[in-house]
Amino acid sequence: MNALTAHLPALQVIVPMLMAPFVVLLRARNLPWVAATATSLLAFSIAVRLTMIVTDGKPVSYRMGSWAPPYGIELQVDALSALVLLVVTGASSLALIGGRESLAKVISADREPYFFAAWLLALAGMAGIVVSADAFNIFVFMEISSLASYVLVAGGPDRRALPATFKYLIMGTIGATFYLIGVGLIYMMTGTLNLADMELRVHEVADQKPILAAAGFITVGLALKAAIFPLHVWLPNAYTYAPHVVTAFLAACATKVALYVLLRFDFFVFQQNLIGHEFQFAAYLMPLAILGILIGSAVAMFERNIKRMLAFSSVAQIGYMMLGASFVTATGLTAATLHMFNHALAKGGLFLAIAAIAIVTAGCRLSDIAGLARRMPWTFAALVVAGLSLIGVPGTAGFVSKWYLIDAALELETGGAALVALILVSSLMAVVYVWRIVEAACFGEPAERRAASVPPALAIVLWAAAIANLGFGIAPGLPLSLSATAADILLGHVQ
Amino acid sequence: MNILGIYYYWVFAILLMIGFYVVIAKLNLIKKLIGLSLFQAAVFLLYITMGNVEGASAPIYGFGAETFSNPLPQVLILTAIVVGISTTALGLGIVVRIKEEYDSVEEHEIQEMDRR
Repeated sequence: MNALTAHLPALQVIVPMLMAPFVVLLRARNLPWVAATATSLLAFSIAVRLTMIVTDGKPVSYRMGSWAPPYGIELQVDALSALVLLVVTGASSLALIGGRESLAKVISADREPYFFAAWLLALAGMAGIVVSADAFNIFVFMEISSLASYVLVAGGPDRRALPATFKYLIMGTIGATFYLIGVGLIYMMTGTLNLADMELRVHEVADQKPILAAAGFITVGLALKAAIFPLHVWLPNAYTYAPHVVTAFLAACATKVALYVLLRFDFFVFQQNLIGHEFQFAAYLMPLAILGILIGSAVAMFERNIKRMLAFSSVAQIGYMMLGASFVTATGLTAATLHMFNHALAKGGLFLAIAAIAIVTAGCRLSDIAGLARRMPWTFAALVVAGLSLIGVPGTAGFVSKWYLIDAALELETGGAALVALILVSSLMAVVYVWRIVEAACFGEPAERRAASVPPALAIVLWAAAIANLGFGIAPGLPLSLSATAADILLGHVQ
Repeated sequence: MNILGIYYYWVFAILLMIGFYVVIAKLNLIKKLIGLSLFQAAVFLLYITMGNVEGASAPIYGFGAETFSNPLPQVLILTAIVVGISTTALGLGIVVRIKEEYDSVEEHEIQEMDRR
């Protein structure tokens, strides 16, 4: 490895973080957008390079300031982090490339520098959560990304974005503080903040009660951030009233990053080191996952605002990821991590399509898009492809992860058939709500018949997302091998 | 372990619950933020107390002290305080914008206006 490659884990965070203050200084029209997009693409290329390094299963470790862990701060990238890094930086890049016109409609020119600086900080924070191997660093990065995303959500044109942001801020802060309490309790008992070191020392602690309490605090705190049912109440309004492109970015990665930390803690640190944790984790999260899948899909079926509909569908999809993880098997974890990737593709694509539609329409209600498929056929074709992937139709990315999820459910000794039925029923519910969009768009009567144009950059990224949904459905090699390695790494600590 | 001997944990738990209660029960958005600050301050207290060693001095070497308190939790909390201040500042900023748009800082009134 040459000198620069060795520093990639740190650069992944530092590049967007240092670019943020520079972007604030750029006053010329469009320049902040150009700088933010270039930075995001650079971050994406770093993530791709890191992925190429870790595909053989060996994690990359980086010592901040050359201080050796556990006393120094360690950054670590393995297959699981690489997968999440790809999602975060990829979603940010696609949303930024396609989002200029859509954002220019809601963000005035003088506020642009601040907005894009906040975007880069959100990106830096999320990347930081993923690469960090230090529990307290994760907290700090989590708050950096959260504070920046509150700003992004509050940029929405509707005034209802403001109460939505306030709710997001209150619940996000409570979640982060719960996480901080948990980390404090573990530090109290083990004297370490490094995750790998924690794993060894939790094992040695004689009185495990504080650690068990810590596991509870950390799980609840991160469940709030990850919008796991029933702690999802901040999500629908925040997604609905945020600028469309921001929704595409956040829906693709914000909750997955919190889920990633949850998996890290539950499998690296607690599982098998903590008496009773298997029961606490799997038996406690599985019912929540099932309820989330059913209720999220059911509410989405009756929702009239498309963004809200898709936000509730996200609650259901997070349920799928939790369900896979709560099996505590290799197939289940592969399904969970693979679904993180595939859901980001599908939901990111859908929200990008909505950004394209919203350039033409007045709002995002089903009645607003009546007959719009005749005016913008290509946009709707891409929307349908992403929708099919969300449902899990064979040939799309969503199918692969659902297939693994069903496979994992069938491996269970009891209740497997019921869970398969649940997955099928909720997929049918997804058919219903995606169909409602298609029905309104294809068979409604349009207000005018003029063909509507979409900015070319947005059309390109939208189709890039749609083709990725098809491509990773037919040849899921890369995300699948990364998820399988990730599952091995997570379970490697279980034995 | 007697119950009074660990009174600082009681202070932490009670303060935490008061803050949490205020966040949930109060409808005024500013009061909610006050509750949130209290909630975070309680956690700062947890960290600070856990780093303290009875009879030990501040962790400055060379002044004849034998035992030192653990400085790491204090350093962590310095960072957490900064995070807490940023959150409160951003929250208050959003409340100002809400007041401009809705002319109210009462949650139920805002919900009522949005329903229309």
